[in-house]
Amino acid sequence: MANSESKEYWRWTESRWTNPDLDWKNGDIISAGVDVGSVSTQSVVMVDGEIFCYANMRTGSDSPDSANNSMNWALDGTGLPLDKIEYAVGTGYGRVNVPFAKRALTEIACHARGANFMYGPSIRTVLDMGGQDCKAIRCDNRGKVTAFLMNDKCAAGTGRGMEVFADLLQIHINDVGQMSLVDEEPEPVSSTCVVFAKSEAVALLRKGWTKETVLAAYCGAMAHRVVTLLERLGVENDFAITGGIAKNIGVVSRIEEELKITAPEPSIDPQLAGAIGGALFGKALVEKAKKKA
Amino acid sequence: MKANYGYKDGSGEYYITIETELCNGCAKCVEACPENVLEVVENEMDPLAEDLVARVSDEHRKKIKYSCAPCKPTMGPIELPCVQICEPSAITHSW
Repeated sequence: MANSESKEYWRWTESRWTNPDLDWKNGDIISAGVDVGSVSTQSVVMVDGEIFCYANMRTGSDSPDSANNSMNWALDGTGLPLDKIEYAVGTGYGRVNVPFAKRALTEIACHARGANFMYGPSIRTVLDMGGQDCKAIRCDNRGKVTAFLMNDKCAAGTGRGMEVFADLLQIHINDVGQMSLVDEEPEPVSSTCVVFAKSEAVALLRKGWTKETVLAAYCGAMAHRVVTLLERLGVENDFAITGGIAKNIGVVSRIEEELKITAPEPSIDPQLAGAIGGALFGKALVEKAKKKA
Repeated sequence: MKANYGYKDGSGEYYITIETELCNGCAKCVEACPENVLEVVENEMDPLAEDLVARVSDEHRKKIKYSCAPCKPTMGPIELPCVQICEPSAITHSW
């Protein structure tokens, strides 16, 4: 057992960033968004609607801890104390468990608002592919939700499923998308249910399929599943994908292929969309309160 | 906004759709529903608005197939009590 060193193939890169061009002391409104998802937690701090700093890390077993940790990491080295944040918004799966948030908002509204900020006001359809669910959202030029659809029941075809496959095939999660781009597209696996798909993949490997082909079959199945969700809602250009799967070229390119449209390259980490939306709502809520007073 | 609550599984599509632009928050559907599937809350999709709208409660979103079963048509089409009582016709369903 000497060589059985366990590697964590699913472990994606955590990150943080501070905007070198912004000084929080010159800002009027400092707002924050904390997106506590089922797999990842993001904190974004905004000064007058510009990103000041962010952190993106894995969610632990305890939502309040995850929120605190990611916020502390985001603020680390910036000199900005937590109590200077005027309005913090909690969103995502663990939104009610953000200790320092003034309000909890649904991630559907936050993702639409965040995509509007990240990709511009021409975005009309947003597909949020998260850790444990997937949402199709339609929005207007201000990022306001006009329609949405999610599959409340099933977590198939989500980030967590991709992690399971990375682990099974012993391929690092960052390389999965690129590796799945094979010359000849195989039949997609027949089930997107993570448990069934995994056993189907094991059978395919035993039959002699390469890891690349098995990945292609799974990415294809995942893409097809979210396309049916999108088609029920109706897709209008421009189209953007947010959430961790947006970084997986294998799934993104297959969705684009099926829908015959292209999603723009994200300029900011697409996992941050929810937290950015939260911070923007925080700013808007402060402005609204000031107007009333 | 068209809010679709529910899911699709191997046996069919189970969605209740509420058009929030039409919903006036009167809460008559809440009383009409025999299974207490609906509730009236602040419009969570538009945090800057203050109006109240109907939605499917969290508890029922994962089991609409069963929660709404008593109102499914068995002998020809019938109108659901929630759809029937809604004056602005904001509620529709997928079956």
